[in-house]
This record gives sequence, C-alpha cells and structure tokens, in this order.
Amino acid sequence: MSKTRRIEILVGAFIAAGLVALFFLAMQVSNLGSLNGGDAYRVLARFDNIGGLKVRSPVTMAGVEVGRVSDIYYDEKDFRAVAVLGIYSQFDEIPDDTFAKILTAGLLGEQYVGLDPGGSEQFLVEGSEIAITQSALVLEEVIGQFIFSKAQEGAQ
Amino acid sequence: MEWLAALGRAGLSFSAGLGRANLLLLASLRGLADLIWRPRLLFEQLYSIGVLTVLIIAVSGVFVGMVLGLQGYYILSRFGAEATLGVMVAASLVRELGPVVTALLFAGRAGSAMAAEIGLMKATEQLSGLEMMAVNPEHRVLTPRLIAGILSMPLLAALFSMLGVYGGWFVGVGLLGVDDGTYWAQMQSQIDWSGDVLNGVYKSLVFGIVCTWIAVFQGYDCDPTAEGVSRATTRTVVHSSLAVLGLDFVLTALMFN
Repeated sequence: MSKTRRIEILVGAFIAAGLVALFFLAMQVSNLGSLNGGDAYRVLARFDNIGGLKVRSPVTMAGVEVGRVSDIYYDEKDFRAVAVLGIYSQFDEIPDDTFAKILTAGLLGEQYVGLDPGGSEQFLVEGSEIAITQSALVLEEVIGQFIFSKAQEGAQ
Repeated sequence: MEWLAALGRAGLSFSAGLGRANLLLLASLRGLADLIWRPRLLFEQLYSIGVLTVLIIAVSGVFVGMVLGLQGYYILSRFGAEATLGVMVAASLVRELGPVVTALLFAGRAGSAMAAEIGLMKATEQLSGLEMMAVNPEHRVLTPRLIAGILSMPLLAALFSMLGVYGGWFVGVGLLGVDDGTYWAQMQSQIDWSGDVLNGVYKSLVFGIVCTWIAVFQGYDCDPTAEGVSRATTRTVVHSSLAVLGLDFVLTALMFN
C-alpha cells in the first residue's frame, strides 16, 4: 500500500469519526432525536403566576409528554401570564374543559405543565384557551402562610 | 521622551503585524481556487493536522469526562441530585470544555508544528525557492494548512465531547452506580441541539480559524534564523491560547445570554 493511499484512508477515517461524533451529539446527547418536528397546535392557558416555567418546558398528560411550552408572555389587560402550549398534533383528542396546572418535578426539579382531562365531548384545537388553571406553587408563599397560621394559632 | 518613542514604536509594530496578518489571510484565501484543482495538498495537511491530533484529543477527552463524572457526582450527591450528572457532564463538555480544551491542545500539538515547519521553510529559503519556480508560496503552503485547520477543529471538538460524555458515563454509571437510563434521558431532555451543540460547533469553527491563522502567520512572518523559528513557535502557542480563552468569553457572552 502506497503512502498516499494510507494517508487518504486515515483522513477518510478521521472525517468519518468526526461526523459520527457530531451525529452522536445530535441524536444521543441533545434533544434532536426526540423532537416531534414542528407539527404542533397551540393552546393558550392563563395563569396567575407561572413560577419558574420556561419556554420549552414539557407539557404532560398522565406523565407522558404531549407538548412543550412554546411561548410565555404577560397580558397587561388582566394582569396574568399567558403560556402558549404547543401540543403535538397526534394528541388531537384532548377535551376542551381540560385542567392545566403548573407542577414541579421533585422537590427542586424543573417546572412543567400537567394537563388533567375533563369530560367534554369537544376537543382542544389551534387557538383554543384552557379555562381552568392552577398556578405554580411558590415555596415562599406556602411557608409564609404556614407561619402566619401558626402565629394565629398561638395568639388564640 | 525616550519611553514615549518606545511606546510609539511598540504600537506601530503591533499595528503593522496585525496588518500583515490580515494581508496574509486574504492572500491565502485567494489560493482557494488553486486548492480545488489540487485536493491532495489538503489531504496531506488534514493528515498531519487532523489525524495526528486525534490521539491526544481522544485521551484527554476521556479523562476530562471521567474527572467531570467524579467531581460532578461528588457535589451533586450532596443534594441528592445524581440524576442530573449526565446533564452536567454533557453541558460543560459541549458548551465549553470541548471547544476550548480542543483548541488549546490543537495549538500545542498542531499549531506549533505548523509554525515551526513554515518558519524552517523560510529559514532554509524553500519559500523563496518556490517563488523562483513561479509557484505562489502563499497558495501552495499556507492555504491548505489554513483550510485543513478550520475543517479539523470542529471534528476534533466533536470527538472530544463524545468521548468525554462516555468517560463521564463510565465513571458515573459504571463505577458510582448512577442509573444508566437516567444518565442519558436527563441529558437528552436538557441539552438543546441548536442552543448547546450547534453553538459549540460554531465556537470551535472560530477557534479553528484563529488558531491556524496565528500559527501560519507566525511561521511565515518569523525571522529566518534558528532563534526566530523558536520564538515563532513559542509565540504561536501563547497567542493562540490567549486568543482562545479571550474569545471564548466573548462568544459565550454572545451565545448564551
């Protein structure tokens, strides 16, 4: 085998290994492998307080991821936060009286939106709004209420 | 008066060096058209710049990943958060350590060799010889090295990150008992393709341009003496490392704010 041939083979192996590594980073390390391509319909949900919810936080139903939060903004008219939920289009039979609440994964984990299905025959479609929501649990407020109620007990 | 003149001299020579470096970059980019007709020159450089650097990149990638796994486990287990070990290892490798450590090793392994080779070509008047034969030395010598460096760096950084993730996996899952499924699943849900991985690739592209550019310029611009070549080699490593670390801060501030 000539020297140039050997060099060509090694360079080819190097480039292939680099591309395999990039592919590995894409599919195994990052979320590219589990992305449900752009096919999603958007549903609005208004919350009094979204706590630590972020864009791209998961939306789950019975613990299964059915979508991602695609946008979050503040509505100046009714002083509430609006979370736009991008629900993957294969989940197109979610009742329109579904209950949305912001939950925390574990004690210190990230926050996500959990959906509890209602009993309606109508389904959520692009642009519909979830009427019943429950805000995020803000730990300081809970502790504050606890201390306050303890103090009242003590005063009585 | 004397120190003012010295300051002026230093400023002028610095600007002149920057100017020469820019002209050199332009001149070698003009050689791209020639390179298309002679891809063999590029393959030879890909071999000596890319392939020969793989070993050191692979070994340090594995060990950096293993250390990250060990240290990460030590700290995360205090908070009962060993489950996020995969995220920590992958995020720090893909975003920062992969591109930066690869660039530093590249400057030490390939950049210094490049500068010494070109400097020696200049000292032994091979570059003048090429010119005598009506071969443009910038196109023939510099362009293939520049392109090979720019192409190699992202591939090397990707290899480094991949092996680092496996190094962290070996220590975390294999030795310390983190759950295998959690390691990968947490990583996949937290690491973003365009936000984390692609930004790391862009970073290493920039580092590739800067490191090779500095090496090629220092070699081409050195004094054609034994001492000049040695000084060019040293300067290549020092300047590349400083440029990589400084640019990394700027790029991180721009990309991840």
